[in-house]
Amino acid sequence: MSNSRTVIIAGVGGQGNILASRVLGLAAMKAGFDVKVSEVHGMSQRGGSVITYVRYGDEVISPVVTEGEADYVITFEILESARWISLLKKNGVLLTGKKKIPPVPVLSGAREYPEGIEEMLEKKGIDYLSIDAESIAKTAGLKKAENIVMLGAFAAYSDLDIEFFFDAMKDVVPERFFEINKTAFIAGYDEVKNR
Amino acid sequence: MKQLMLGNEAVARGVYEAGCELVFSYPGTPSTEITEYVTKYDNIYAEWAPNEKVALEAAIGASMVGARAFCAMKHVGLNVAADPLFTAAYTGVSGGLVIAVADDPGMFSSQNEQDTRAIALAAKLPVLEPSDSMECIEYTKLAFEISETFDTPVILRLTTRVSHTASPVEKGEKKERRDIDYKKNAVKNVMVPANAKTRRIELEKRFKRLAEYAETSGINREIQGENLGFISCGVGYLYAREGAPQNSGHLKLSLTNPLPKKLIKDFASKYEKVYVVEELDPIIENFCRSQGIDVIGKDLFSNYGEYSQNMIRERVSGIKTEHDGSDIELPGRPPLLCSGCPHRAVFKALKDLKLFVSGDIGCYALGAGAPLSAIDTTVCMGASVSGLHGVLKARPDMSDKAVAVIGDSTFLHSGITGLIDIVYNGSNATVIILDNRITGMTGHQHNPATGFDIRGNEAPAIDLEKLCYACGVSLVTVVDPCDFEASKEAVKQHLALGKPSVIIMKRPCILLKNSLREKPFEVNAELCKSCKICIGIGCPSISFDKRAKIDKESCTGCGLCARICPFGAISGGDDE
Repeated sequence: MSNSRTVIIAGVGGQGNILASRVLGLAAMKAGFDVKVSEVHGMSQRGGSVITYVRYGDEVISPVVTEGEADYVITFEILESARWISLLKKNGVLLTGKKKIPPVPVLSGAREYPEGIEEMLEKKGIDYLSIDAESIAKTAGLKKAENIVMLGAFAAYSDLDIEFFFDAMKDVVPERFFEINKTAFIAGYDEVKNR
Repeated sequence: MKQLMLGNEAVARGVYEAGCELVFSYPGTPSTEITEYVTKYDNIYAEWAPNEKVALEAAIGASMVGARAFCAMKHVGLNVAADPLFTAAYTGVSGGLVIAVADDPGMFSSQNEQDTRAIALAAKLPVLEPSDSMECIEYTKLAFEISETFDTPVILRLTTRVSHTASPVEKGEKKERRDIDYKKNAVKNVMVPANAKTRRIELEKRFKRLAEYAETSGINREIQGENLGFISCGVGYLYAREGAPQNSGHLKLSLTNPLPKKLIKDFASKYEKVYVVEELDPIIENFCRSQGIDVIGKDLFSNYGEYSQNMIRERVSGIKTEHDGSDIELPGRPPLLCSGCPHRAVFKALKDLKLFVSGDIGCYALGAGAPLSAIDTTVCMGASVSGLHGVLKARPDMSDKAVAVIGDSTFLHSGITGLIDIVYNGSNATVIILDNRITGMTGHQHNPATGFDIRGNEAPAIDLEKLCYACGVSLVTVVDPCDFEASKEAVKQHLALGKPSVIIMKRPCILLKNSLREKPFEVNAELCKSCKICIGIGCPSISFDKRAKIDKESCTGCGLCARICPFGAISGGDDE
């Protein structure tokens, strides 16, 4: 649909993909948009590659996203960013965490962790931003909140007011973790705004 | 007020709003959360049954005495429940009976692809197919109405994308209903041949009435257009709407069995070309052809995998969406057993002993992947045990070189009957129950062996050891798999026994709150000889860069790596 926004959130099982996509979907709904958030459960959660789709706009029809359809690709791990750039639209934006999580073939020594991913993104002329989300989350006080840091970074690009994200986090995140997540979110947001 | 709701959560909401009182299910991705969300409603009785057949039979019983009853399962679960399903189509219902079945096109978490509509066709049961969460609520409620109006069980067919997509919904009110009084009616409910013959004719009559309903009820909706017409159902409708040229016409079929002959004919007559967009089997397409309606379907699209709007756009209009890709060849990232997973030690032992391993359905199917590569076969729930029986009947000489591995929940689901066969028909099989005290793969559901019910209340726990002895096996050994030497010894001892026997490898799933966690282990770089034996167990906490290295954050201290290191280079955990 012409006015809809398509966002991919990708990472490794356990990095909090589903939570981040629910917060984004809910924020968009609170902003008055139609929304579809598509998750994949099951096998992919055991440390495998995980991808969720969030689409919002006046009317969202299909829940899935295929090659060349995403306005934004958000990844929590640098190798995964290379894996999913195929989903990016021409002129789409990639936001990636700098973190490296070695997959099985690398752990077992069968393969090397690929080097030069940022150089490749540069060379391709992809509009991308890499963020040390792990350090930012640590500084904010919750190391695991890389997903929320990345969401904050995305918010700096998006047309959604950050208040909607906070509202959405209130619904999704347990109350005692809300403030610290908010801090992590703002840290991610500022990281982009201050560049 | 609008709410963002997962398809599965919306089905649960529909169950509640329909005034349904009883839910019986067995977990299976992508259907599991339906029943989990049902437990949020205090006034609904819900349970995890040992398997889908039991679940459906219990629901049939509840329906027969006048209550509204519901089951949820995945597509392969319906195979297990097929026996009661086909005959429940004959008896019909008293209280409404709805079975939600989630298919998995693209096999995100299944051992096969199946189209539940094909089973519904064979059983002559009506099928409703929602496309989004709002329809999940509406059609679940409608399914109960159809069930009671037409005296039939109704299948609510979901697919992974419908079950696991969240979209906005408006909640409705709960329907207040009174159970229908029970009146004995043997001719309707006792399916002996004499009665079944009458019900068989009734089944045909009912199906005709449903076909009329499909034409006139308005549930199958049309969007007028020109040039091209698209007939679709479920999530396929969403792909067709987005992928088809803007001015196309659409016929959205929400009741896909029986299909509306006249409605489809009228629709098709208005367009130059008519496409059928349905994932998996060509059910609508074949129906159209049988009615002499010319349609384009599987020849252009596909009868396997998931569809998308891009696929429709490209194949109908020839428009390709440009995209980039990585120039660097990327290593894959398959899922793997968690750090500290008790299954890892079992597979390491079986691999060391070079055994034939008859595998089953659960997290432990990940033991088939590199580097453990410890499993020889995996077919369906329970097949590890009965499959091993067949292996040993064909090749009795393998009895000291082959084992079956099966989880606690899977064993109670359908492994137990295989064990009875092993004892009764005498194969000298060694069955290993991987008892991690929970149903793991589907996200921690209780089962009859855990001691808790679906809501986490205490419940009687089936004693697996006693149960196996009661089946007549000659030896049952219970051992902690992370006590590596002892568990490996137990396997050797059982294989040498030459009699049916069971080893229960008992240790809680590492993701459980009460799991056994110790301090992390570490590698002494001076002692490490870079032999990579520890790498061979596929632990996500161990990596290799000239020397082995253990990630302190994720190591749970199971100590398997320390036990197998030939140079004593790994230490930690309790010994600190």
